[in-house]
Amino acid sequence: MAHAYTPGLKRKEATIVRKTRRLPIKGEVLVKKGQEVSPDDIVAVAEIPGESKVVNVARLLNVEPDEIRDFLLKKEGDKVSKGEIIAGYKAFFGLFKSECVAPTDGIIEHISDVTGQVVIREPPVKIEVNAYIPGEVVDVLPGEGAVIETAAAFIQGIFGIGGERRGEIKLAVNSPKEILTSEKIDSDADGKVLIGGSLVTYDGIQKAIEVGARGIVVGGIEDRDLRKWLGYEIGVAITGHEDVPLTLIVTEGFGKMNMSDRTFEILKKFEGMEASISGATQIRAGVVRPEIIVPRSDLDVNELRSIESGETEFSQGMDIGTLVRIIRKPYFGAIGRVVSLPVEPQLIETGSKVRVVEVELEDGRRVTVPRANVEIIEE
Amino acid sequence: MEDRGNETTSPSSSNVRRIDPERVRVILATDVGSTTTKAILIKRMENGDYRLVVRGEAPTTVEAPFEDVTLGVKNSVREVEELTGHKILREDGEGIIEPNSDSVGVDLYVSTSSAGGGLQMMVFGVVKVMTAESAERAALGAGAIVMDVVSIDDGRPVHEKIQRIRTLRPDMILLAGGTDGGTITHVVELAELISAAEPRPRLGTTFQLPIVYAGNKDAREHVKKVLGEKFAIKIVDNIRPVLEVENVGPARDAIHELFLEHVMSHAPGYDKLLRWVDAPILPTPGAVGMIIQELAKKYGINVIGTDPGGATTDVFSVFDGRYTKSVSANLGMSYSICNVMKEAGLRNIIRWVPLEVDEADVRNRLRNKMIRPTTIPQTILDLLIEQGVNREGMRLAFEQHKLLARGLRGVQRVRTVSDVFEQETGEETFIDMMRVHIIVGSGGVNAHAPRREQAMLMLIDAFQPEGVTRIAVDSIFMMPHLGVLSTVHPKAALDVFEKDCLIWLGTVISPRGQLKLGEKAMEVKILKGEEEIDLKLNFGELKRIKLGESEEAVIQAKPSKALDLGRGPGREIETKVSGGVAGIVLDARGRPLTLPEDDKLRRKLLLDWFDSIGAYEREVLENYVEPGG
Repeated sequence: MAHAYTPGLKRKEATIVRKTRRLPIKGEVLVKKGQEVSPDDIVAVAEIPGESKVVNVARLLNVEPDEIRDFLLKKEGDKVSKGEIIAGYKAFFGLFKSECVAPTDGIIEHISDVTGQVVIREPPVKIEVNAYIPGEVVDVLPGEGAVIETAAAFIQGIFGIGGERRGEIKLAVNSPKEILTSEKIDSDADGKVLIGGSLVTYDGIQKAIEVGARGIVVGGIEDRDLRKWLGYEIGVAITGHEDVPLTLIVTEGFGKMNMSDRTFEILKKFEGMEASISGATQIRAGVVRPEIIVPRSDLDVNELRSIESGETEFSQGMDIGTLVRIIRKPYFGAIGRVVSLPVEPQLIETGSKVRVVEVELEDGRRVTVPRANVEIIEE
Repeated sequence: MEDRGNETTSPSSSNVRRIDPERVRVILATDVGSTTTKAILIKRMENGDYRLVVRGEAPTTVEAPFEDVTLGVKNSVREVEELTGHKILREDGEGIIEPNSDSVGVDLYVSTSSAGGGLQMMVFGVVKVMTAESAERAALGAGAIVMDVVSIDDGRPVHEKIQRIRTLRPDMILLAGGTDGGTITHVVELAELISAAEPRPRLGTTFQLPIVYAGNKDAREHVKKVLGEKFAIKIVDNIRPVLEVENVGPARDAIHELFLEHVMSHAPGYDKLLRWVDAPILPTPGAVGMIIQELAKKYGINVIGTDPGGATTDVFSVFDGRYTKSVSANLGMSYSICNVMKEAGLRNIIRWVPLEVDEADVRNRLRNKMIRPTTIPQTILDLLIEQGVNREGMRLAFEQHKLLARGLRGVQRVRTVSDVFEQETGEETFIDMMRVHIIVGSGGVNAHAPRREQAMLMLIDAFQPEGVTRIAVDSIFMMPHLGVLSTVHPKAALDVFEKDCLIWLGTVISPRGQLKLGEKAMEVKILKGEEEIDLKLNFGELKRIKLGESEEAVIQAKPSKALDLGRGPGREIETKVSGGVAGIVLDARGRPLTLPEDDKLRRKLLLDWFDSIGAYEREVLENYVEPGG
């Protein structure tokens, strides 16, 4: 394949971020094109059919399914309240009686002569989608949602836990190589998004939760600590729905991994500013990466647009001089520049013959790695 | 279950041309995978045999910004054109040139697809071990990924079932239950459950979710009444018309048809692709099953096939003519690699690594593969770990497969006295490893193992064949293409399958039973042309004798009293075996295969095995230090 390189993660100090805020089902859009919104503003609402409860009336009354209509006090479409009697009978002047009550509020959706069951549908559940970032509504998707646009610093992580949150950026370490331990977190982390270095320890996560931090952004995490924290093993990398009190974003990978200098620099620059973060990760089919968005009111979207329109949307692929990061052992995390791209497949340590790239690392070493094991760093 | 689900044509495939196999000289086949679209070109040679000419590939273009699968198809075909000089694509970009004349055009174009995550289904049946199991087999046989199986007696309370149906967003539902003429209550109850839950389709927000009803025919009207308004319902013959008969064909055909009509037509560009092809597009795993069936049918043999992919591992078997397919949705080598760790346990992966390793480090390595699924092992340690995962992934997938590959349950049988000794209760699998003739491994991890001996050993360790078994790998992953081709041109499909697709690794001879390590296990005499080789194996040993792909040898093997090679404990066998890239493997490690608890002993044994079969060199492993820094 001509272009099989792993696209690098985005790390931009100034860019236009567009977020499509979409309902899971059709509903009503509450905003108009051109409107300015705040992160908490609701942009669209929908109602999903409520939960349903099934009452087996025939069994409860001990009658045949095709007889239940004779004993029902309600018909399809009727409203019922929790505890209300919906069917019953009395015999021998009330000496024997049997009743069915509604287990919930709702309406009678279905009465079955075949199974003797009655389905009660609870009132619809409201779903709301907020704007998540401040900005302008640049597009309305009728019945579905809206697209919000803002100028921002934008950083993608590689893996995250937890959903959307907002908080002020606060550096908890002094360098991207430092480990974020519990000692480095104190009560002023309340409501903040903490920036760590190469690793966050299990105790560090616990302390951050204790003091009320909204999120942690860090280079790496030990998988065993993640398991200890969550209490279970993650099978497939589809995350973002965990019931956790803070959002964790890992920027490099598992194990101790220095946060990339570029990422650390950007986050440091915007310390004290409000960020919208999401840990949602989906690696399969339609990649979703965790993200840190720092909206920038100091920038003009139109100016950025004219700059960005000059840039190409897709990576140009690898060439001599391209800055790359190695993303697999034995040089995992190392950054360097491409010095050669041999055409013929080369023999690697495993005994496989694969297409490789020769990279000069920052420390001057020259190493050869499979092309599949590098990602391009956009400059 | 021996049936073929491809005889019917759906409305969407009305373009299917009548094909005269005799006139087909050039064939194009594509597989639109979730990440890569692969094209192969096949030509008829002068001797009448069909052979693979070339293969091209390009990224699949189902997602933004392209959102048109035919772009990826055209790119992969363009690579074929460039490599062969054979012109295939129409100038106007609107399809394939047909028929062939000289070096322009093809006579037949077929395709499979698993783009967009394949076909994801939920299955409903009244009784878990009866109709629900039959329904699951039908869905899997059609190439679907089964997200959940719901039955009246699955132990979950009604509200929990409703909640489950609501959260999953299937592409399609299969509803079965009840024998014809039997009670209708339960199956209608399931219909009411589905109606109450109102599941929404995964793709598209506007179209109605398709439901195939294959239950008691007396309940059809009731089911229609309950589901008709909310869903696109299709009614077919009962999957279990009577308890003793399973009839999955009609349900399977309906699934294929609805897959084309509803699911695929919502994937961008498929309407175009449907017009280009000469046969209905099949879901990728369904097509792989078809070619395995062709192989088994042609030679009258029992075959097991496996395809460990990045996200799922499929297992196919044809045993005594019975075809079974399973998809282990979350056992895979990249996206789902950590689910293998979760299901198998980290210790079980590490047990296949002959080096001392740190558990926390292995955990992190597997996680890093999960988040960067396209990377490949560069160091030997990384390779050993991934091959350990593959062994465990295939082992677990085969265990799941065996749960489906069993007789009809819930059937009362009339038995004679002789049957008492050979009961098939339906509770256990009917796959007897002693009678499996061929195991075929597909998927990158098997096909691209740096040494073929590694693939051979992984397949042996995972499937644990008994007696005499041939092992092969799919060279460049073209089983899907050949599967769909087999529906319109079986000869071309089998020619290419045997000559270009399969690489024979060799034959393994492995007795069933257990002894203590080091005890005498078997004596073997190998007659190879003029050459005669005598070997003695102790329990726990593995030996390899080189025998080329086109070579044959006669083997006389006498196991010790406690071991069985197929003719009974201690009884000698004599058989002709075929060679392969790895040769003949004599496996006296016993069945079931167990590894010692003691770490040192385990590592030593692994080193012995890897070295004796030629999978790895002992010296390299003994002195191994991972580079880096």
